[in-house]
Amino acid sequence: MTAGEFAAGSFVNNLVFAVLLVAMYLAFMRLVRGPTLPDRVVALELITTLTVGIIVVYTISSNQPVFLDAAIVVALVSFLGTVAFAQYVERRARDG
Amino acid sequence: MVDLSEALLVVGAAFLLLASVGIVRMPDLFMRMQAATKASTLGVGFMILAAGVYFDDLTISIRVLLVTIFLFLTAPVAAHVIARSAYFVGAPLWEHTVIDELRGHYDRRTHVLHTDDEPTEDRDDLAATEARTPDDTPIES
Repeated sequence: MTAGEFAAGSFVNNLVFAVLLVAMYLAFMRLVRGPTLPDRVVALELITTLTVGIIVVYTISSNQPVFLDAAIVVALVSFLGTVAFAQYVERRARDG
Repeated sequence: MVDLSEALLVVGAAFLLLASVGIVRMPDLFMRMQAATKASTLGVGFMILAAGVYFDDLTISIRVLLVTIFLFLTAPVAAHVIARSAYFVGAPLWEHTVIDELRGHYDRRTHVLHTDDEPTEDRDDLAATEARTPDDTPIES
Protein backbone atom coordinates (compact mmCIF):
# COMPACT_ATOMS: atom_id res chain seq x y z
CA MET A 1 0.00 0.00 0.00
CA THR A 2 2.25 2.75 -1.23
CA ALA A 3 0.97 6.28 -1.66
CA GLY A 4 0.25 7.45 -5.17
CA GLU A 5 -2.13 6.37 -7.86
CA PHE A 6 -4.34 3.37 -7.36
CA ALA A 7 -3.02 1.52 -10.40
CA ALA A 8 -5.17 -0.87 -12.36
CA GLY A 9 -2.79 -3.79 -11.77
CA SER A 10 -1.89 -3.09 -8.16
CA PHE A 11 -2.05 -5.72 -5.45
CA VAL A 12 -5.06 -4.29 -3.63
CA ASN A 13 -6.98 -3.93 -6.89
CA ASN A 14 -6.39 -7.56 -7.80
CA LEU A 15 -7.18 -8.73 -4.26
CA VAL A 16 -10.51 -6.89 -4.14
CA PHE A 17 -11.50 -8.14 -7.57
CA ALA A 18 -10.59 -11.73 -6.61
CA VAL A 19 -12.60 -11.54 -3.37
CA LEU A 20 -15.61 -10.15 -5.22
CA LEU A 21 -15.30 -12.90 -7.82
CA VAL A 22 -15.36 -15.59 -5.14
CA ALA A 23 -18.37 -13.90 -3.53
CA MET A 24 -20.12 -13.79 -6.91
CA TYR A 25 -19.42 -17.51 -7.40
CA LEU A 26 -20.94 -18.38 -4.00
CA ALA A 27 -24.05 -16.28 -4.66
CA PHE A 28 -24.41 -17.91 -8.06
CA MET A 29 -24.26 -21.32 -6.38
CA ARG A 30 -27.25 -20.35 -4.26
CA LEU A 31 -29.02 -19.06 -7.37
CA VAL A 32 -28.61 -22.43 -9.07
CA ARG A 33 -29.28 -24.62 -6.03
CA GLY A 34 -31.81 -22.55 -4.04
CA PRO A 35 -34.73 -24.84 -3.26
CA THR A 36 -37.52 -22.24 -3.51
CA LEU A 37 -38.18 -19.23 -5.71
CA PRO A 38 -37.64 -16.64 -2.92
CA ASP A 39 -34.18 -18.16 -2.34
CA ARG A 40 -33.31 -17.42 -5.93
CA VAL A 41 -34.68 -13.89 -5.67
CA VAL A 42 -32.47 -13.23 -2.65
CA ALA A 43 -29.44 -14.65 -4.47
CA LEU A 44 -30.19 -12.47 -7.50
CA GLU A 45 -30.39 -9.40 -5.28
CA LEU A 46 -27.02 -10.24 -3.74
CA ILE A 47 -25.54 -10.69 -7.23
CA THR A 48 -26.68 -7.23 -8.32
CA THR A 49 -25.26 -5.77 -5.11
CA LEU A 50 -21.95 -7.45 -5.91
CA THR A 51 -22.16 -5.99 -9.41
CA VAL A 52 -22.48 -2.52 -7.89
CA GLY A 53 -19.36 -3.28 -5.83
CA ILE A 54 -17.42 -4.40 -8.91
CA ILE A 55 -18.47 -1.29 -10.81
CA VAL A 56 -17.23 0.89 -7.95
CA VAL A 57 -13.85 -0.88 -7.86
CA TYR A 58 -13.53 -0.51 -11.62
CA THR A 59 -14.47 3.16 -11.33
CA ILE A 60 -11.57 3.69 -8.95
CA SER A 61 -9.01 1.60 -10.80
CA SER A 62 -9.80 3.12 -14.21
CA ASN A 63 -10.04 6.64 -12.74
CA GLN A 64 -13.29 7.33 -14.59
CA PRO A 65 -15.92 8.64 -12.14
CA VAL A 66 -18.58 8.50 -14.88
CA PHE A 67 -19.08 4.81 -14.15
CA LEU A 68 -20.67 5.68 -10.79
CA ASP A 69 -23.83 6.55 -12.73
CA ALA A 70 -23.97 2.97 -13.95
CA ALA A 71 -23.76 1.82 -10.32
CA ILE A 72 -26.74 4.05 -9.45
CA VAL A 73 -28.79 2.63 -12.33
CA VAL A 74 -27.94 -0.97 -11.45
CA ALA A 75 -28.95 -0.43 -7.82
CA LEU A 76 -32.25 1.12 -8.92
CA VAL A 77 -33.12 -1.65 -11.37
CA SER A 78 -32.22 -4.25 -8.73
CA PHE A 79 -34.67 -2.74 -6.24
CA LEU A 80 -37.50 -2.56 -8.77
CA GLY A 81 -36.81 -6.11 -9.92
CA THR A 82 -36.89 -7.44 -6.37
CA VAL A 83 -40.21 -5.77 -5.61
CA ALA A 84 -41.69 -7.06 -8.86
CA PHE A 85 -40.50 -10.59 -8.10
CA ALA A 86 -42.02 -10.43 -4.63
CA GLN A 87 -45.35 -9.26 -6.04
CA TYR A 88 -45.25 -12.12 -8.50
CA VAL A 89 -44.47 -14.73 -5.84
CA GLU A 90 -47.24 -13.45 -3.59
CA ARG A 91 -49.85 -13.33 -6.35
CA ARG A 92 -48.92 -16.81 -7.49
CA ALA A 93 -49.44 -18.06 -3.92
CA ARG A 94 -52.83 -16.36 -3.69
CA ASP A 95 -54.19 -17.56 -7.00
CA GLY A 96 -52.99 -21.06 -6.29
CA MET B 1 -6.25 9.44 0.54
CA VAL B 2 -5.29 6.50 -1.63
CA ASP B 3 -4.34 4.42 1.41
CA LEU B 4 -7.64 5.19 3.11
CA SER B 5 -9.66 4.31 0.05
CA GLU B 6 -7.72 1.07 -0.40
CA ALA B 7 -8.43 0.11 3.20
CA LEU B 8 -12.12 0.91 2.76
CA LEU B 9 -12.23 -1.19 -0.42
CA VAL B 10 -10.71 -4.20 1.33
CA VAL B 11 -13.13 -3.91 4.26
CA GLY B 12 -16.09 -3.61 1.89
CA ALA B 13 -14.98 -6.62 -0.14
CA ALA B 14 -14.62 -8.62 3.08
CA PHE B 15 -18.19 -7.80 4.10
CA LEU B 16 -19.49 -8.74 0.65
CA LEU B 17 -17.65 -12.06 0.88
CA LEU B 18 -19.21 -12.66 4.31
CA ALA B 19 -22.64 -12.00 2.82
CA SER B 20 -22.02 -14.60 0.12
CA VAL B 21 -20.74 -17.16 2.62
CA GLY B 22 -23.87 -16.49 4.68
CA ILE B 23 -26.18 -17.01 1.73
CA VAL B 24 -24.58 -20.37 1.03
CA ARG B 25 -24.18 -21.68 4.57
CA MET B 26 -27.30 -20.50 6.43
CA PRO B 27 -29.97 -23.17 6.93
CA ASP B 28 -33.21 -21.45 5.92
CA LEU B 29 -34.43 -18.65 3.69
CA PHE B 30 -34.97 -16.03 6.38
CA MET B 31 -31.51 -16.45 7.86
CA ARG B 32 -29.95 -16.35 4.40
CA MET B 33 -31.79 -13.12 3.70
CA GLN B 34 -30.64 -11.70 7.02
CA ALA B 35 -27.01 -12.40 6.15
CA ALA B 36 -27.25 -11.27 2.54
CA THR B 37 -29.13 -8.02 3.09
CA LYS B 38 -27.31 -6.56 6.06
CA ALA B 39 -23.73 -7.55 5.27
CA SER B 40 -23.99 -6.68 1.59
CA THR B 41 -25.48 -3.25 2.30
CA LEU B 42 -22.64 -2.48 4.69
CA GLY B 43 -20.05 -3.81 2.23
CA VAL B 44 -21.28 -1.76 -0.70
CA GLY B 45 -21.57 1.25 1.59
CA PHE B 46 -17.86 0.91 2.45
CA MET B 47 -16.92 0.54 -1.22
CA ILE B 48 -18.85 3.59 -2.36
CA LEU B 49 -17.33 5.55 0.51
CA ALA B 50 -13.93 4.45 -0.81
CA ALA B 51 -14.81 5.94 -4.21
CA GLY B 52 -15.85 9.19 -2.56
CA VAL B 53 -12.60 9.36 -0.59
CA TYR B 54 -10.50 8.52 -3.64
CA PHE B 55 -11.89 11.09 -6.07
CA ASP B 56 -12.19 13.89 -3.48
CA ASP B 57 -14.49 16.02 -5.63
CA LEU B 58 -17.77 17.70 -4.68
CA THR B 59 -19.85 16.36 -7.57
CA ILE B 60 -18.58 12.82 -6.95
CA SER B 61 -19.27 13.19 -3.24
CA ILE B 62 -22.86 14.19 -3.94
CA ARG B 63 -23.27 11.19 -6.22
CA VAL B 64 -21.73 8.90 -3.58
CA LEU B 65 -24.10 10.30 -0.96
CA LEU B 66 -27.01 9.67 -3.33
CA VAL B 67 -26.09 6.03 -3.90
CA THR B 68 -25.56 5.46 -0.17
CA ILE B 69 -28.91 6.96 0.81
CA PHE B 70 -30.66 5.04 -1.93
CA LEU B 71 -29.07 1.72 -0.94
CA PHE B 72 -29.80 2.17 2.75
CA LEU B 73 -33.42 3.09 2.00
CA THR B 74 -34.19 0.34 -0.49
CA ALA B 75 -32.35 -2.69 0.92
CA PRO B 76 -34.58 -3.11 4.01
CA VAL B 77 -37.74 -2.51 1.97
CA ALA B 78 -36.75 -5.12 -0.60
CA ALA B 79 -35.83 -7.63 2.12
CA HIS B 80 -39.13 -7.08 3.90
CA VAL B 81 -41.14 -7.54 0.70
CA ILE B 82 -39.38 -10.81 -0.16
CA ALA B 83 -39.69 -12.11 3.41
CA ARG B 84 -43.41 -11.33 3.44
CA SER B 85 -44.11 -13.10 0.19
CA ALA B 86 -41.91 -16.05 1.19
CA TYR B 87 -43.85 -16.41 4.43
CA PHE B 88 -47.10 -16.56 2.50
CA VAL B 89 -45.71 -19.13 0.08
CA GLY B 90 -44.80 -21.18 3.15
CA ALA B 91 -41.03 -21.22 2.92
CA PRO B 92 -39.85 -23.91 5.34
CA LEU B 93 -38.20 -22.78 8.59
CA TRP B 94 -35.08 -24.36 10.01
CA GLU B 95 -35.79 -27.60 11.85
CA HIS B 96 -34.37 -26.22 15.12
CA THR B 97 -36.36 -22.98 14.98
CA VAL B 98 -37.56 -22.17 18.49
CA ILE B 99 -40.52 -19.87 17.83
CA ASP B 100 -42.48 -18.49 14.89
CA GLU B 101 -44.15 -15.43 16.34
CA LEU B 102 -46.18 -14.72 13.21
CA ARG B 103 -47.84 -18.12 13.31
CA GLY B 104 -51.59 -17.73 13.56
CA HIS B 105 -51.51 -13.96 13.16
CA TYR B 106 -51.54 -13.82 9.37
CA ASP B 107 -54.68 -14.59 7.47
CA ARG B 108 -53.35 -16.92 4.79
CA ARG B 109 -56.12 -16.16 2.33
CA THR B 110 -56.64 -12.41 2.56
CA HIS B 111 -53.05 -11.62 3.70
CA VAL B 112 -54.30 -9.42 6.53
CA LEU B 113 -52.22 -9.20 9.71
CA HIS B 114 -54.26 -9.62 12.89
CA THR B 115 -52.59 -8.04 15.90
CA ASP B 116 -55.02 -9.17 18.58
CA ASP B 117 -53.53 -10.85 21.64
CA GLU B 118 -54.65 -14.45 21.14
CA PRO B 119 -53.14 -16.24 18.16
CA THR B 120 -55.63 -18.85 17.06
CA GLU B 121 -54.30 -21.97 15.42
CA ASP B 122 -57.29 -22.32 13.14
CA ARG B 123 -56.37 -19.19 11.18
CA ASP B 124 -54.13 -21.38 9.09
CA ASP B 125 -57.20 -23.33 8.21
CA LEU B 126 -58.97 -22.07 5.14
CA ALA B 127 -62.45 -23.13 6.20
CA ALA B 128 -62.16 -21.29 9.49
CA THR B 129 -60.95 -18.20 7.66
CA GLU B 130 -63.94 -18.20 5.37
CA ALA B 131 -66.31 -18.57 8.28
CA ARG B 132 -64.99 -15.34 9.76
CA THR B 133 -65.33 -13.18 6.64
CA PRO B 134 -68.18 -10.67 6.78
CA ASP B 135 -69.84 -12.00 3.61
CA ASP B 136 -70.48 -15.39 5.14
CA THR B 137 -71.89 -14.24 8.47
CA PRO B 138 -75.54 -15.11 8.68
CA ILE B 139 -77.87 -12.12 8.91
CA GLU B 140 -79.73 -12.00 12.21
CA SER B 141 -83.35 -10.85 12.52
